[in-house]
Amino acid sequence: MDLSIAIWILILPFVAFVFTGILNGKLGKKISGLISILSIGGATLLSYYIAFQFFSGSREAVQIELGTWIKFTDSLVVNFGLLLDPISVMMLVVITTVSLMVHIYSTGYMRDEGGYARYFSFLSLFSFSMLGLVLSTNLIQLYIFWELVGASSFLLIGFYYRKPSAIAAAKKAFIVTRFADFGFLVGILLFSFHTGTFNILEVNASSGPAISQDWGGSFLGFSVLSWSLILMFIGGAGKSAMFPFHVWLPDAMEGPTPVSALIHAATMVVAGVYLVARLFPVFALGAPDALEIVAYVGGFTSLLAAILAIVQTDIKKVLAYSTISQIGYMMLALGVSGYGEAGLGFTASMFHLFTHAFFKALLFLGAGSIIHAVHSNEMNDMGGLRKKMPATHITFLIATLAISGIPPFSGFFSKDEILVAAYQSNVLLFGIEYLVAGLTAFYMFRLYFKVFWNKTSTSEVHESPASMTIPMWLLAIGAVFAGFVPFTDWITTDGVPLETHFHWNIAIASVGIALAGIGFAYRLYKSENSRSRNIANVFGSFYQLVIHKFYIDEFYLFVTKGIIFRFVSAPIAWFDKHIVDGFLDLTGNSIVAASVKTKNIQSGEIHQYAYFILMGVLITTMLILYISHGI
Amino acid sequence: MIESIPLTHILTVSTMIFFTGVYGFLTRKNMVTMLISVELILNAVNINFVAINRYLYPDNLEGHFFTLFVIGIAAAEAAVAIAIFINLYRNIRSIDVDDVTEMKY
Repeated sequence: MDLSIAIWILILPFVAFVFTGILNGKLGKKISGLISILSIGGATLLSYYIAFQFFSGSREAVQIELGTWIKFTDSLVVNFGLLLDPISVMMLVVITTVSLMVHIYSTGYMRDEGGYARYFSFLSLFSFSMLGLVLSTNLIQLYIFWELVGASSFLLIGFYYRKPSAIAAAKKAFIVTRFADFGFLVGILLFSFHTGTFNILEVNASSGPAISQDWGGSFLGFSVLSWSLILMFIGGAGKSAMFPFHVWLPDAMEGPTPVSALIHAATMVVAGVYLVARLFPVFALGAPDALEIVAYVGGFTSLLAAILAIVQTDIKKVLAYSTISQIGYMMLALGVSGYGEAGLGFTASMFHLFTHAFFKALLFLGAGSIIHAVHSNEMNDMGGLRKKMPATHITFLIATLAISGIPPFSGFFSKDEILVAAYQSNVLLFGIEYLVAGLTAFYMFRLYFKVFWNKTSTSEVHESPASMTIPMWLLAIGAVFAGFVPFTDWITTDGVPLETHFHWNIAIASVGIALAGIGFAYRLYKSENSRSRNIANVFGSFYQLVIHKFYIDEFYLFVTKGIIFRFVSAPIAWFDKHIVDGFLDLTGNSIVAASVKTKNIQSGEIHQYAYFILMGVLITTMLILYISHGI
Repeated sequence: MIESIPLTHILTVSTMIFFTGVYGFLTRKNMVTMLISVELILNAVNINFVAINRYLYPDNLEGHFFTLFVIGIAAAEAAVAIAIFINLYRNIRSIDVDDVTEMKY
């Protein structure tokens, strides 16, 4: 089984990025879009081929070496390579599929926008870096692609660079994730300092340096290993928008909608989940306490985001909070999972990542189709669109049912597995997730009813072109059938297929609460009425608190602007401006003043020069005579 | 026959020529005259080279070579200088150094 062809999955998007990027304005719109689509299409076919080869084979992890990058010592080496194991191959399929759909969709969505070639080159750059991230063989390579992903996300969020809010959102996303990445970097260094290797397969081996060695000393109740893993998880939490770093993702919706579908729904935001899954054996066998933190952060975030999603009126922001909530699910599933036979949570998390990618990308593409038609993000400007946009309506409904966990759509299976895994290990977290399942169904159907039912719209709205609806139909197929992929056989913590039983009671209960949420949404939002406002009034101050997102943004602003900027940055800026710059200005200005004074020596009169030369010669001669003869 | 003339005589002559040149260079305003003065200075040096070579180190020839070099360079220098004078004259209708004060800061 030779899989070294996998390198082309990376090369193709990179070539497309360089090509469309360099020839930016010179290629026509059609050609630059075509180059990107062809390259990502090739990568998609290759990853399907590899997935087929891999999962029909022995499913052993394969490491393809590409060469040594840095050699610190004989044992501490940074190699570049490609790692193919069940989760990375699964991610390859997810990323290339969603990316291809988004590329095709973008040819329709971005048709009337400026910067078409720039857009496609950034998309290719993002695809390249994300694929590189999942294929990394060691932590340093992972970190490099991790930052590349962050940079290309920054570029795409700020795509409308003339819009101040887009620039602010791009900066916010970059700074927040960068801040978290610092924890990741420190975690990598701490981890590798003790294990002596960066290689992921080596540290994951159960007899490897990370798990088997005695880590000894502890700090604040956690061992060094736990600390390094917690620090790495901070990086993952930043990228995956976990509390307290979740603030950037809703703002990132300023980017073009297909970008949100690709980056902020299906691929980049699950990088944090992927990171924890990547090092899962170390987490599970070496530091269960760190894993517990992952579980609680995930559970808390999913609840927080679900509550926030209920009151949003911007269609994309509902989806953004929903994404945060679902990623919280995945984190929680990883957190409650054990190793080996108790590894259901791990499988469930990867399963949910897989299905979520399809239906959430589909939801975003549907939202993009609606925004494209209505020219507004506000739900209140929409309503009664089901007749006017039939294709969007059907696909959106499929995705909404999938995310709500209604069988037989894909979300039901993965969410059910997560609930089972949570139930088996931690009843509190199970309770939270059960509640969130109901909330998810409620806010998603609130969105659905408000957009497609409710009042009848009077404005002229037309269905989107085929270039946009075809990818949506394809993703809808994925959203329906992705649940039938045999994940418990293919993706497990230790490679041994997992024995699972169907838990009727949990399945029925979760469908029950989802239906309750849907019924509630139906009653409130099916047609225009004042019931929702009455309920908001009942909640009163809590409602206000949620509307203001629990004042988390304000708190961060207070900490950064009110405390850090005023008491740390401002004095440093003053010192720099007045003391450091002042000193340099003083030297510069005094030299200028001195040269103004002395420039008259250069008079341009040759006789004067000649006199100077003569005097110089005479003085030199006298000096020589004086020194040599002592006259 | 040359032995009958002491070295000091020759050096005296060359010194006189040298300071004549220096005096001319410092006092004259006309550039051509100044160029001639420079040539005088150079030739005073040439005389010194040849004389000292001949009197003190008759076995060596470095002094002669230096003289030849100086003559060659002086010729080149004269060519360049005269080219400059001609251009100057075309521009400002004068080759008086006092009129040429452009070459300052």
